[in-house]
Parts: sequence; structure tokens; C-alpha cells
Amino acid sequence: MIALGVLILILLSVIVAPFYAHDIAHTNPFTSNLNGTTVISGRTVPVLQPNTQGLGLGVTPIGPTWDFRHYFLGADNQGRDVFARLLYGGRNSLFIGTVSAIICCGVAAVLGMLAGYFGGVIDWVLSRIFDIVWAFPVYLLAISLSVVLLTSGLNLGPVHVGPGSLWLPIVIIAAVYVPYVARPVRGLTMSLREREFIQAAIGSGASDWRILTKEVLPNTLPSVIVFFPLMVAFNMLTESALSFLSIGVQPPAASWGTIINDGLGLLYTRPWVALAPGIMIVITAVSLNILGDGVRDAFDPKAKLRGAV
Amino acid sequence: MLGFIIRRLISAILVMFSISVLVFLIFFATPGVDPAARIAGRSASPAIIAQVRHAFGLDRPLPIRWALMMDHLFIKQDLSSYVNIGSRVVPQITQAAPVTLSLVAGAAVIWMVIGVTGGVIAAANRGKFIDPVIMFIGIAAVSVPAYWLGEVVNLITQGGLHHSIFAWVPPSGYVPITQSPGQWALHLIMPWLTLAALYAGIYARVLRAELVNALNEDYVRTARAKGLSERRILIRHALRCSLIPIVSLFGLDFGALIGGAALLTEVVFGLPGVGLLTYTSLQNLDLPVIMGAVMYGAFFVVLANAVVDIAYAFLDPRVRIA
Amino acid sequence: MSFATRAGVVRAVDGLSMSVGRGETVGIVGESGSGKSVSMYSILGLLRGPNVSIEGRVRFNGQDILGRPDRELRALRGKDIAMIFQDPMTALTPVYTVGWQIAEQIRQHTDLTKRQAHQRAIDLLAEVAIPDPSRRVNQYPHEFSGGMRQRAMIAMALSCEPSLLIADEPTTALDVTTQAQILELLAELQERRGSSIVLITHDMGVISEVADRVVVMYAGRPAEIGTRQEVIREARHPYTWGLLGAVPRLDSKRARLVTIPGNPISPLDVPPGCAFAPRCTYRHDRCSDRPPMRGTDHLDACWLDDAEKEQRRAEIEEAS
Repeated sequence: MIALGVLILILLSVIVAPFYAHDIAHTNPFTSNLNGTTVISGRTVPVLQPNTQGLGLGVTPIGPTWDFRHYFLGADNQGRDVFARLLYGGRNSLFIGTVSAIICCGVAAVLGMLAGYFGGVIDWVLSRIFDIVWAFPVYLLAISLSVVLLTSGLNLGPVHVGPGSLWLPIVIIAAVYVPYVARPVRGLTMSLREREFIQAAIGSGASDWRILTKEVLPNTLPSVIVFFPLMVAFNMLTESALSFLSIGVQPPAASWGTIINDGLGLLYTRPWVALAPGIMIVITAVSLNILGDGVRDAFDPKAKLRGAV
Repeated sequence: MLGFIIRRLISAILVMFSISVLVFLIFFATPGVDPAARIAGRSASPAIIAQVRHAFGLDRPLPIRWALMMDHLFIKQDLSSYVNIGSRVVPQITQAAPVTLSLVAGAAVIWMVIGVTGGVIAAANRGKFIDPVIMFIGIAAVSVPAYWLGEVVNLITQGGLHHSIFAWVPPSGYVPITQSPGQWALHLIMPWLTLAALYAGIYARVLRAELVNALNEDYVRTARAKGLSERRILIRHALRCSLIPIVSLFGLDFGALIGGAALLTEVVFGLPGVGLLTYTSLQNLDLPVIMGAVMYGAFFVVLANAVVDIAYAFLDPRVRIA
Repeated sequence: MSFATRAGVVRAVDGLSMSVGRGETVGIVGESGSGKSVSMYSILGLLRGPNVSIEGRVRFNGQDILGRPDRELRALRGKDIAMIFQDPMTALTPVYTVGWQIAEQIRQHTDLTKRQAHQRAIDLLAEVAIPDPSRRVNQYPHEFSGGMRQRAMIAMALSCEPSLLIADEPTTALDVTTQAQILELLAELQERRGSSIVLITHDMGVISEVADRVVVMYAGRPAEIGTRQEVIREARHPYTWGLLGAVPRLDSKRARLVTIPGNPISPLDVPPGCAFAPRCTYRHDRCSDRPPMRGTDHLDACWLDDAEKEQRRAEIEEAS
């Protein structure tokens, strides 16, 4: 329950991101602000201050003011408000995580059910594809897909997705995790197919479509739903890793992963740039995992008993 | 047993072939764009693009293109970068591989030791306070991004505390084991602990669940009826059987780590392994290097999984016949 | 002895008092859930956990063993008191060879070397009539058939020459021919070694073949105790009549088996009076009080008076 509350709180705060940036912090977190200034205790100070240590080269962004009206978490090395970017980044991270989990679970459920229900050639082909994608290390596959699609965008007949679009990481992340959900769904469907009520439906001459939607789907849906929160967490973590490698969300857009990457160079001077988005990722992922455990217990009372032993 | 090994290796080879085809399709046959321009890099001259087109036979049929790619990657090993003109890809990978292996192998040893100990302790104390603690650590561990944890570790050991309790931690970097085993371990200890921290909790959690199930098995009752001590029952019977699923999980994770968290951890700790190589190539879109790293990485993972499966068969006599 | 469960405290075994003489075979019979296995597990300290509580007295060779520290019980278990379990498929650790597991028990209780223990395991396998024991000793449990595994279990149980062997449904999971062979083996080994056997079963047929004395249990309570002759020929408890009726007999005139109406009750809802009353054809007012065990050597817990019992039993005999 606490987990759900935390998730709703995070969701609300990222939803108000534009409002916060526009009306409270008066900042545009997507354009660099190299010569900007802000007012701290009555004095106007530059957001990027020249280095005083060492050779005096380069600049150090302003640190956290701990004041919600401006630069709560300081600025990054382009003078942008980190807290505003954190909220916007959360939008992207959660959006990509959720939408890719929906696509992934949806595609996986359909393919898994088809493979498990029809068997034969369909099953063989789909299962081999699952096997290969499964055997391919997730990150390496995602890196290959991202790096190729980022240079050219995705052109599939009438569908055209530009290189900087959020939909690229969404599709890529959804694709690489399909086997993780599809394999169990296939197994479940195969065992369902042997059960009396499905056999009876087949015997009574119901169409395959009807059996799949009316009999198989309602029985596989719970396990797909159980997977869903965990997939959101997984996908969000994958997105942040790809963004950290600079092949996920593309600048100037932000995600929690890109902000951690921005903070890499500022780690010892302005640690909060890297710390804050990481903390957000951890809190969100922990909440999703706990929620996932809760959902599993709700759908599978046996699991609860086992856990209690 | 020999038959099992041969069957497992053949299936690994088939998977590697399929992966090579998949990589080939991704890099050379994504619709909509000229693969030559992509491979040649962002600011390539028409001459270089033509050179790429010839080297990979891009005007020839698909199977020949695949064969040429494999030839450049594995047989002639003369795949070279067009961003850093002339630098060969394969030697870079073989040079970087020991770093990645050192990182993953050391971390694996640490997390298995901690995970197994933690799991046994949790199972032996099931129902007491330590139990939910380990459960929660397991959840937290799957929720922390490795590279971020690495940054936090760096911040602690290289930042403010570097001049006091963490003065012994060397600056990030790598020393080959052949040069100085002590320095090798010292430079790797923080990266090892970072990776191990992520996995030890999960392993403790999984092992605890397995052990608790095993302790309810009939054979444990038999062992009790034989008059064996609880310790012997836990270690020699329950743990020995519970290790079997742990080993197969280990195989999957070891692979996932090589092609995942280890890459990111290298970047954070400045370890010149395959991960850092991939990272820098991604920054300047040096596709041949990425292609090489992905292919070698994936092949290594598939082979590692096959080896783990064979080890599994040694552990579990029931698998050998099947 | 009782378990604390979520649904309240369960008395799994209640008011059982029995003895086993040297060289004697005592059969404990009852439906599943009647507390027959649990009673035997509890005396050996095989039931553990904070939710289990055991009250009463268990004497073995004149010594009180209940509630002894586990260390002392361990020295008894497997050495003086050995057990055989119902399902030989799961009762052996799957990852060790059969010989290793037998040798493990021998080495736990004696000073034999590894090699000697291994040789002894081969001899034991030969004794329980496993063909080619020197090859079989190095095989894994899954390479054995069900009957062979049960023989291996018996070999293991006998490895330290126990004076009491507790066999928990040793034949239930086996097919009929193998059942007979295993029972024969047990009887033969007992004759040779003179050990006592407690045989737990739900099968009156098994009891009638091997037991010297019989304990009939229902819902954790003893229903009838007596010699085999007494319990089988002159049964006094309606539940025993039901059990006897459920055994096919070659000389029977009837075409189908008589079954006991209803299902065994859950130990959670044992009624305050006679536990069997809800399923009993002969229940009357007195059955709302709990019947004591009555009799001298042949005991039973039923309120019917002796004459009526005799009459009812005769009626049933007549009917069959």
C-alpha cells in the first residue's frame, strides 16, 4: 500500500513538471543557459561560475539552493535547472517504462497464446524466435538496435519514426523483453489446451478465435497482469541504462538515465546531479517490485502461503 | 554424459549462428537506409563509403554479405573502424576482454559466497528477524542501476572520504593481473563489490526459498530419521539439492552481466574493458566496433551458458539421461 | 500431541497408549489423517517447529525418550530406531548414489571407514535381494524402480541393526506384486534379526498378513487395540467393521465392497463426543460423550455393550 502511495506521488509530481518549470522556477529546462543568472540571498549570481581552483578553466554549475523557486538541486553544466529536468526526465522514464511494458506484455501475450494454442509450425517458428532473442544478452541486443535505429530512424513501410523519437527506445525495449513474458504464456496456454473446458469448446465446434478470446485469454490474463509491474520496473531500468549510454532518450529531452550521465562529469563537484535521478529510479523500482509482489499474492493465493512458510 | 555435452554444444552453435544472422540483419538489412553510410560513420567521404560497400559486398546477395561479415569478424579478423581510420576492431576486443572477465569473475565469486552464506543463514533462521531483511535486500538489489551504484561508490571512496578511511582505494583504472596481482585486485575491489552487492541479495533470497522448500522434502525427513545432525542435513542434503537451480540461475546472470551491468560498471570505474570500448564507440557512432563487441559478447555468453548447463549436468545426475 | 494452525489448535493424536514387545509386529491402521504417522514421527522428534507441542510419555528400552535433547535422540534415530517411509520416490536424496546414502548412515553411528561402510552397503543391498548389488550401489535413486528403491530404503534402515523398525506405509506407493514382496522381505528380515516392527498402513489386507497386534486409529484417537486374531475375527468397533468391509476377500459372497459412509473428518472439527459418531450407523445418545478405551487385552472405544456388539458383528458377517 505504501508502495502504491509512493508511485502515485511520483506520478503526480512528474505530471506537474511543465507547471513547475513555467510557473514556479521560471526556467526552460531544454535550452542551455550558459549566461543565466539567479538571485541568492539578494545577490545576483551567475548559474555557471568560472572555476577558481586548478587552472581556472571551465565552469562549475551552481549547487543546490534547496529552494523550490529556483535551482532546487542546482544546475547542470549547461546551466539548466536540474530539478525541473528531473521532473521532465521522470515523465519520460515512466512513460517509456509503462508504454513499453504494455506493448511488451500485449505482444507477448498474443504470440505466446498463438504458439501455445496452435502448436505445430506456428509454435516452432515463434519458439525459435523466442529462443534466439532470449539467448541474446538483453543489453547487447538493445544496443545494436538502438545504435542502428538512432542513425536512421525506423522506416517500416508507411511507419516512419524519427531518430530522436521516444518511440524508438519504447519499441526496442518492448521487443527485447517479449520472450520473458511470451514463454510462460505459451506454456500456460499449452497446459490450458489440454483442460476439459477448452477441449469441450473445441469439440462443440467453436471457432479458434472464439476459444482464444473467450476461454484462453481470461485464463492467461492474470499471469500477464502479474508480470506487468515487474516489466515496468525492468523496462524503466533498461531505458535509464540505454540513456546513460546515450542511446536512449536523445538530448535535449531528458530521462533519469540521461541526467545521471550528465552528472558523471560533475560527480565530485555537484554530486546531486547524478544522485537525485538515481534515487528516483531506486524508489520507483522498489515500489514497483513491491507492488508486483502484492499483485502476485492477490492473483495467486498459493504463492502467499508459500511465502509465509 | 559425453552425448549430453555434444548435444549441448551443437545447440549452442545453432544459437550462435542464429544470433549472427540477427546481428547481420540489424546492421546490414534494416530497411530505409544505406548500411554503408551508417558503417562508415557520420562524416565519411564518398570514397570511404564506396570502400565499405566493396568490403562488405553490399551489392551482392544477402548470404554472401553475411559470409563476408563473418569473414571480417572471425576468420580474417580484419574488421576495422572508419572513425579512427585503420584501427583494427578484433585486437581491441581481445585486449579489452581480460578486463571485463576479471571484473565479472571476481564479482561472481564474491556474490556467490555472500549470497550462499546469506541464504543458508536466512533459511536456518527462518521466521526470525533476519528473514524479512534479506527479502527486502533482494528486492532493493534488482531496483538499483549498477552504474549509478558505481557512481555512489566512487563518490564515497574517491570523494570526501578519500583522504581518511578510503585512502587505500586506488584511483580508478586497471592493472593487469600479469603485472601485479595485488594491484589488480586492489583496483578491482570496488567494482567487484558494486556488482556483487546487486546480485548477492537476490541469490540469498532465491537460495533461501529453495532451501525452505528442500527442508520440507521427504529426503530431509529420511535424513533426520537417519540420525544426521541438523547442520549436516542443511549443508549436505538440502543445500546440495538447492544449489542446482542456483547454478542455472548463475549461468543466466553471468551471461546477462557480461552483456549488461558489467559494461556500464566499466564506464563508471574507468576500466578499459569491452564495456568502456562499447561506450566510447557509441559516443562517436563507430559501428564496426559495436558490431564486433556485440557479436563477440553474445557468442561468449552463449558458450558460457552451455558450459554452465554442462556443469549443471554434473551436479544433477537426473539431467544427464534426459 | 497437537499442532497450532491458523484455524486453531489441532489435536492430531489424542489419548493413544500402546506398547511394542521385542520381536513383535504391531500394525497401526486407519484412514489418511487419522494420526497414525504423526504419532510415530512425534516420538522420534521428527516433528519440529514452534507450532508443535507433544505431551505424554514414550519409553524405549525402559528409558524415557520424549523431550530428550535432539543430540540424544539423534543417537537413537537410525541406530536403535529406524524408519521406512511411504514414498520411496522422494525419500532418497536425488543427488547422491544409493550406496553413499546407506554408507552415510552407517558412518554416522559407527566407526567404520568409508571403504568398510561401502562394502557393508553392498552386503545390505544383497540382503534385501537387489540383484547385482556391487553395480547398483553406485547408482542414483532415479535409476532404481519403485520397489527397488523401497528395498534400498529397507537396507538403509537395517544398516545399524535397529531394535525397532517403524515402517510408514512402506507398500502404499508400490504395485501389488511388489507390495507382497516387500512385506515378505520385512517378515523374513524380522525373523532373522528379531527386531520389532511398527507397521503403519491404511490397508487391512496388509495388517492381516503380517501384524501380531493391531491398533485401529480414527481422528487421532485409538478406536480398537488387540491381537490380529481379535481385531480381525472379533472386531468390536463399528469403525473396524467398516475397515474390514472395505477389504476385498476371495471368500466373500458379496459382489461389491462395503464402504464407510461419509469422509474421514478433519482433525480440526472432531466432535466433543465419540469422534466416529457422525459416520456411525449405530450411534445413540451416549455417543455425545467421549467413550473410554475399555477391555483388558482387547480394548475398544465404543459405547455399545458387548452383547450388542456381538450381535451387530454377526449381522454384518451374515450379510457378507
